[in-house]
Amino acid sequence: MLRRYSVHLSLATVGGLIVYLAHQEYISLYIMSVLMFMGVNIIMSTSLNLVNGYMGEFSCGHGGFMCVGAYVSSLLGVWLFAGDKVFGAPLLNPKYTLYAFPLLILVGGIAAALAGLLVAIPSYKTRGDYLAIITLASNYIIISVIENIGAIGGSRGFMGMKQLINAMGKSVDLPWMPIWVFLFTVFCIWLMRRYISSTFGKGVIAICQDEVAAEIMSVNTNKIKTITFMVSSGMAGIAGGLFAYILGYVNPGSFNILKSTEVLVMVYLGGMGSLSGSVLSAILFTILLELLRPLQIVKWIVIPLLLIILMQFRPEGIMGNRELGDIFPKLKKFYRFK
Amino acid sequence: MSIPTEKRPVLEIRNLTQNFGGLRAVSDFNIQLMPGELSGLIGPNGAGKTTVFNLVSGFYQPSEGAILIDGVPTGGLKPHKVTALGVARTFQNIRLWNEMTVLDNIRVAQHYRLGYGFFHSAVRSKRYMRREAEIAREAAELLDIFHLTQYADEFPKNLPYGTQRKLEIARALSIHPKLLLLDEPAAGLNSSDIQELIRLIRWIHEMFAVTIWMIEHQMDVIMQLCTRIKVIDFGETIAEGNPEEICNHPAVITAYLGDDTI
Amino acid sequence: MENLVQNIINALQWGSFYALIALGYTLVYGVLTLINFAHGDVFMVGAYIAFFSATFLLTTLGLPGWIALALCIPVTMILTAMVGVTLERIAYRPLRNKGAHRLYVVITALMCGLILEHANLAIFGASRKAFPQLIAEHVYTIGGVTFTNLKIAVIATAFLAFLFLHWMVTRTRVGMAMRAISYDKFAVPLLGIPLDRIIVVTFILGSGFAGLAGLLFAMSYPVLEPYMGALIGWKAFIAAVVGGIGDIRGAFLGGFLLGAVEIMVVAFFPSTFRDLIAFTVLLLILTWKPTGLFGIAKTTKI
Ligand SMILES: Nc1ncnc2c1ncn2[C@@H]1O[C@H](COP(=O)(O)OP(=O)(O)OP(=O)(O)O)[C@@H](O)[C@H]1O
Ligand SMILES: [Mg+2]
Repeated sequence: MLRRYSVHLSLATVGGLIVYLAHQEYISLYIMSVLMFMGVNIIMSTSLNLVNGYMGEFSCGHGGFMCVGAYVSSLLGVWLFAGDKVFGAPLLNPKYTLYAFPLLILVGGIAAALAGLLVAIPSYKTRGDYLAIITLASNYIIISVIENIGAIGGSRGFMGMKQLINAMGKSVDLPWMPIWVFLFTVFCIWLMRRYISSTFGKGVIAICQDEVAAEIMSVNTNKIKTITFMVSSGMAGIAGGLFAYILGYVNPGSFNILKSTEVLVMVYLGGMGSLSGSVLSAILFTILLELLRPLQIVKWIVIPLLLIILMQFRPEGIMGNRELGDIFPKLKKFYRFK
Repeated sequence: MSIPTEKRPVLEIRNLTQNFGGLRAVSDFNIQLMPGELSGLIGPNGAGKTTVFNLVSGFYQPSEGAILIDGVPTGGLKPHKVTALGVARTFQNIRLWNEMTVLDNIRVAQHYRLGYGFFHSAVRSKRYMRREAEIAREAAELLDIFHLTQYADEFPKNLPYGTQRKLEIARALSIHPKLLLLDEPAAGLNSSDIQELIRLIRWIHEMFAVTIWMIEHQMDVIMQLCTRIKVIDFGETIAEGNPEEICNHPAVITAYLGDDTI
Repeated sequence: MENLVQNIINALQWGSFYALIALGYTLVYGVLTLINFAHGDVFMVGAYIAFFSATFLLTTLGLPGWIALALCIPVTMILTAMVGVTLERIAYRPLRNKGAHRLYVVITALMCGLILEHANLAIFGASRKAFPQLIAEHVYTIGGVTFTNLKIAVIATAFLAFLFLHWMVTRTRVGMAMRAISYDKFAVPLLGIPLDRIIVVTFILGSGFAGLAGLLFAMSYPVLEPYMGALIGWKAFIAAVVGGIGDIRGAFLGGFLLGAVEIMVVAFFPSTFRDLIAFTVLLLILTWKPTGLFGIAKTTKI
């Protein structure tokens, strides 16, 4: 009985602990923000793994969907709950911000999921490298659309999200951003795990391994592809929304190909087709980025170099396509990983 | 003109033609398969046999002609819809999902009657739980009657070739088809495996009461199993009849002349 | 009318750069089915090599401009080719020999690109470099259309490069082996040419022409910075795919097409719309012809 809920309990403990420590200001703001970016990166890498690892496509424009989520939830939030020179006075009373916040993030996710159709529909006919280009082009297109809308700041970016954070803190005095990031990260992994372990979601893996056999063995491949791309890009949108509110500021430049590359690296570092691998590599990658921050520009020589060397030794990523439970069978007592 | 149900053909192909660019791979092909029939399709390499199967399973849209499954025309249907009408098949080169367990290979083939979608899988609704339990139980039962239970958690790529063939047939049958298409089931098997395969197909034919249509180069397999055989060459039907008639048919002998399989 | 001709000349010149770079992508892809994402940065390195050799030849040795240029071309091409081959030897080949999933090689290529960019940034700093003038630029005006000797040279070079490569892959043994690999990787060792040698030749050709493109680009737009290769590289890659990746004709056509689209967009819209419209056009082309203009759809045999 206790065992069955052990994972839930330990998650609650970790979450509670972080919130408590943040509230008591035992954790510095800097460490807190690193932890939050870790959450964002976890969502990004697991969701990209859904497409690149489980479905076997090569999407290299994940940053674009993150951008859609970031802008939609920011614009909507500021329009509804904060004063701003673009939108004028807030439409609703800022004291409701707290309750609306998860919805704002979700709406960003839904918008990004719809943007995911940009890639999902061509994927009916195309696979592999041609689809990779379509994802790449979508990334560019999304970013240049936003750069060309002067009203929301164009390439200079958009801000005002800090007001919503403050409003939430005023309603109930808790460190809300860490809480939301934690909850959404858990939610995304939970959702993906359930999807991928159902017979329905196993269709995704069947498409990866043999699409022809999947279609002929009654898997509606177009439907599965659409859902998978939409779930994946929707989660990138959620990550984007959180990212925007953590920073309090967005600009299209932060979602360019370099961002997409970072996410790709996390996925392949962790291992294609391993959710726990993606989580692990997102954590490691975030820490690595922070540790090497003092190196400044040299950081971007050292990190790729490390990765190249790592790939020479483990060409299948940290976890390959196994889950934690396959490596430490004892863990299976507490949780079914597949 | 209404045909009584019991007399309606499971598969009816009318004037089927398939062109690939300038190549006419299948030309004016006709057949009617009655429920419970075990029929064969033979012909030299490149004759267009697999293409006929691909057309029936909806992988290609025919250039001309019509295909009816149990009276339902399949024109314009995607393969998974055709499968849902009751057509299952195996492939000339085994196409299992090689890095998915044997049990999952069977489970995924149940997509046509899953009865739930993304939402149910996310919230783990009652319906989801019920369907998953049913599917898992039926898949386990199927593995059991095929004596594959011991491999349930293995990856197909690690199984012996003959077992992979058997698993592919089991996966096709898990769809509960009305019509089972077997594309060269004996290819790559040794002679003792082939004897077992012949028994297996016979057993399936009785046990599952399914109509079977098979392509095979091994003549003894065809001769032992099929009651009716169709021969094509360069896409054209050149002969049709029972095993004895086919063996002595001059056109067949000419088509196969020099082919050492006969 | 003059306007149109003017735009066509500009488009040809601009497209020449894309074409020369796209070629490197296409060659490597044809042989290895590897998207060599470091290629744009190899182009950037080429431009820098051109910068240093030109400065050295002009200033240190005090050679006249045209001799400097004549020396600069082979030096740049050879050194850049060496960079490309080095990447292949130390980063891609070991992975390939280990049988890694090909996407891991792609990620390695991405990482190599990042290293090239930032190593450059770390060594030479963020300040832009001004490329010295090697030959005097002459402006010709014919019937209202202006063009320079440089523009003509760029376009001519691109066409010559195309003809050379076309000859190479259709007439020489190595070239035919390169084409053969894209059909059947396992048949090539049977032709008696070691696979690794063909791969090295491919990287020499691809990187060499990227170096040439770098030199011409630096002469035409004489300001160099470490990130100059990234965007052009990604775009050239997209051009290669739109043409049908793996096909040399496709790379050239795709390059010129992208150049034309970009120049036309700038002629009629604000220049910030350039990427937006160019990429949308490319996306539409790929939706209409999913394997590019010259690409052949691989039929899955079942
Ligand atoms: N998708 C396709 N595109 C073009 N040509 C095709 C395609 N599929 C099959 N063909 C051609 O159609 C002809 C018939 O092929 P098919 O695979 O049906 O032969 P087969 O009778 O099954 O032969 P085998 O006994 O060797 O399996 C062959 O010439 C083949 O090359
Ligand atoms: Mg065949």
